[in-house]
Amino acid sequence: MALLTAAKVGHQFGGLCAVADFNLELHHGDLMAVIGPNGAGKTTVFNLITGVYRATEGSICFKGTELVGKNPNQIAALHIGRTFQNIRLFRDLSVLDNVRIAHHAQINYTPLEGLLHLGRYRREEQRIIDNSRLLLAIFKLEHLAGETAKNLPYGLQRRLEIARALAISPELLLLDEPAAGMNPNEIDQLMALIQWIRQEFKLTILLIEHQMKLVMGICERIKVLDFGVTLAEGPPKMIQNHPKVLEAYLGEIPDG
Amino acid sequence: MIALMREQWDLLLENRWLVPILLVIGFGLAFAIPEYNLLSVYVQLILMYAGINIILAVSLNLVNGYMGEFSLAHAGFMAVGAYTAVLLTMKVFPVAGFPFLFPCAVFAGGLAAALLGIIVAIPSFKVRGDYLAIITLAFLMIVKSLIENIDFIGGPRGISGIMKLTTLPWVFFWTVALVWMVRNFIYSKYGRGVLSIREDEIASDLMSVNTRHVKFFAFMLSSFCAGIAGALFAHLLQFISPRIFDITKSTDILIMVYLGGIASIGGSILGATLFTVLLELLRPSTMAALLSWLPSFVFEPLNEHFISHLGVWRMVIMPLALILVMLYWPRGIMGLREFRGFIPRRDREAHHYINPQGEEPDGATDRR
Amino acid sequence: MSDEVVYWLQQTLNALQLGSIYALIALGYTMVYGILTMINFAHGDVFMIGAFFCFLLSSMLGLTFAPTLLLTMLGTALLGVVIERLAYKPLRQAPRVSAIITALGVGLFLENFTLALSPYPKHIPMLLENVTWNLHGISLSSIQAVIISLSLGLMLLLDYIVHRTSIGMAMRAISWDKTYVPLMGIPVDLIISITFAIGAGLAGAAGTMYALAYPVIDPYMGITVGWKAFICAVVGGIGNIRGAMVGAFILGGVEIMVVAFFPSTYRDFVAFTLLMLLIVIRPYGILGKPRIQKV
Ligand SMILES: Nc1ncnc2c1ncn2[C@@H]1O[C@H](COP(=O)(O)OP(=O)(O)O)[C@@H](O)[C@H]1O
Ligand SMILES: [Mg+2]
Repeated sequence: MALLTAAKVGHQFGGLCAVADFNLELHHGDLMAVIGPNGAGKTTVFNLITGVYRATEGSICFKGTELVGKNPNQIAALHIGRTFQNIRLFRDLSVLDNVRIAHHAQINYTPLEGLLHLGRYRREEQRIIDNSRLLLAIFKLEHLAGETAKNLPYGLQRRLEIARALAISPELLLLDEPAAGMNPNEIDQLMALIQWIRQEFKLTILLIEHQMKLVMGICERIKVLDFGVTLAEGPPKMIQNHPKVLEAYLGEIPDG
Repeated sequence: MIALMREQWDLLLENRWLVPILLVIGFGLAFAIPEYNLLSVYVQLILMYAGINIILAVSLNLVNGYMGEFSLAHAGFMAVGAYTAVLLTMKVFPVAGFPFLFPCAVFAGGLAAALLGIIVAIPSFKVRGDYLAIITLAFLMIVKSLIENIDFIGGPRGISGIMKLTTLPWVFFWTVALVWMVRNFIYSKYGRGVLSIREDEIASDLMSVNTRHVKFFAFMLSSFCAGIAGALFAHLLQFISPRIFDITKSTDILIMVYLGGIASIGGSILGATLFTVLLELLRPSTMAALLSWLPSFVFEPLNEHFISHLGVWRMVIMPLALILVMLYWPRGIMGLREFRGFIPRRDREAHHYINPQGEEPDGATDRR
Repeated sequence: MSDEVVYWLQQTLNALQLGSIYALIALGYTMVYGILTMINFAHGDVFMIGAFFCFLLSSMLGLTFAPTLLLTMLGTALLGVVIERLAYKPLRQAPRVSAIITALGVGLFLENFTLALSPYPKHIPMLLENVTWNLHGISLSSIQAVIISLSLGLMLLLDYIVHRTSIGMAMRAISWDKTYVPLMGIPVDLIISITFAIGAGLAGAAGTMYALAYPVIDPYMGITVGWKAFICAVVGGIGNIRGAMVGAFILGGVEIMVVAFFPSTYRDFVAFTLLMLLIVIRPYGILGKPRIQKV
């Protein structure tokens, strides 16, 4: 059974049709990329899945649950994690707190227990701290736990965003241009990291990326959007030689 | 010199015994002072007002500092708590025979205020920044106007002849209990939710924070505290009227919060205490009593030309002092820091204001 | 004309008078907000100072209406510039709330300073001959006529300045973008000073007119009127100059209508309940545009 199914999803901003007739089927363990020129509607697709916008048409099902109409936090609590094209960390909070906050839906205590620091409070907080530290250690950020997020260098901020997304224990992880602003060396590291967390956390990953090296290197399937419309979908080899895709990119042809 | 003072201040902030020791001393004094008449009635009164103001400032800081909203409604919640408790002690509870009913009345005042907190909490799901500030302002005006129009509770004239039930031990108890609760709330998943909303509400929502719940509880807790403070205040002043709880009162609490520093419990405690004490010190009678040890050839002219005019001018000096503090210390006294004793052990490393040289939190500044 | 129509026209006239005064003050809030995204909470007290200037000029110096109005506007404009330079300018890089709290402090200072110098309410002498014309049962006093026409004139002038002159263009540019506009040779400090001068000058005009209509003035009169004018600015869409005018006439209208139908003590209750609902329904004000949050 498919993990995520999007059927005939469409979205308009006022008169502008950002996404039209979008169909997607993701199975457990897939690693898929969405590519397309700027303004093609890729981020909008992520926003529709995660509930930032409500799809004007169509339906999105995650493990049999309809996502259209749910709040972002309800969708996140179903274990769909994401990062952002422009980093959106909690800039003035510590690195550790950034990761702890994303555990919100998994912390089991009532407001009263929180108010009195009684009951499950202690155990739950300790569990969350331990888990957060573990995640930071995986991303080699442990020594920076007390640092304010905005003081991290750009590359580490990107890493922290992935760590934070993993804190909601996602089954589906959406990465929005994770390699933006990285040099080839860093991209190699990122590719290794993505493949590693995919194994380790048994993730299904959908990512948006302009860096063809990354897309062609690790993704099994690619979907090409342009002006909100799906141009093509298939394995990297097929996309690379697809006439419509070449036309849309016009010179921006992948070198890999 | 200044560097040395700063060092001492840092040590004080980091001192692990400061808060517990102050608590123990406070506890002892709160009972000993009224019992053995250690301090004059006037000083006791100031201590009680300071306690009430601490409750108000700490709870307003939850919304204005930690959540980054700008609420002007605190005086309105105070009014609700005050009127509810006063009606109970005057008309319903036979408090004279059963003193334990007083805390019940105070608690009821807090509950009533918390209930009305929903009126502000629900719009806050949708409306933020300056527009939410207007909603809180409108709430305050509505409460005041409603009270003015209900004859049963004295209308614009208010209620006088309230029993003086607020005592130093009670104020101490409520202050400690409420500050403790607010602190617990801040260092729980809800408090982290509040902070994340201030930083980036959309990201917070996408990271599974139930922003509505978090805002709801934060507003409820904040208004609950304000209600309790109002109830204590009413039974101390022994007179309430809608004019007491107008925008000026809210402004006073705002000043305490920002004077002490946003997003800091210790800051609010310092801000409230300083505000209360300074305002009292600037009274002509207090100042005269304080300086009476001076030789008379110094005291007499001082008294004639300066002290005796303070009654009018202290309200001019106070805002000037505030402006100066803001110009030289835009982040207030504490500047986003916190006393070690207020931070749970588990949270110390993650505490986000470790870095004293850091910049302003954008979340609290660029919000609009 | 039927009694009904006469009644409504009369109420409209009253609403216009109240709305004009609110509008002149609301403009100051909204202009400063537009350019600095700062809520100048001392603005209501500048309005109060305007009324006191008017008192000084008319009763102490015995000036007539026109010079009183002009000098008052000049005086408050100067006050506005001084406040900005001394109290707000040093805080431009500081957290937004620091400036707001400083503004509250400046407001308190102005109130209590005035109170210290003048402990009792003051009576303003009659500056204008009070004639009441009667048109088919609608009464219009000369004071009302002056207030409404002068305010409308000032608002048109402001609208012209903001939308048709180079200073206005600079103002709009700064409120549009604060990072790059200063790099384009626009003298930001000067434009901000001019904005404060205009806003405070309009508040001075409002103070004079308020004193005409309600000739007893006291140092705390700026609080309620000021907060209400602020609400007008927000209701219209803060930062939007035409919005401030719309908001002011709406609030003026609502207040007058409430008094017409309910006991006058319910004015604030009904007016503020309506405002609260309006903001919940249209959180960005009537003429304001919702801010698009791109994710
Ligand atoms: N909140 C919004 N309001 C209006 N238009 C939007 C909004 N978000 C995105 N758009 C528009 O939708 C189109 C697709 O945007 P987006 O999904 O961000 O593209 P990309 O493929 O580069 O991620 C663009 O034309 C963009 O301007
Ligand atoms: Mg994008």
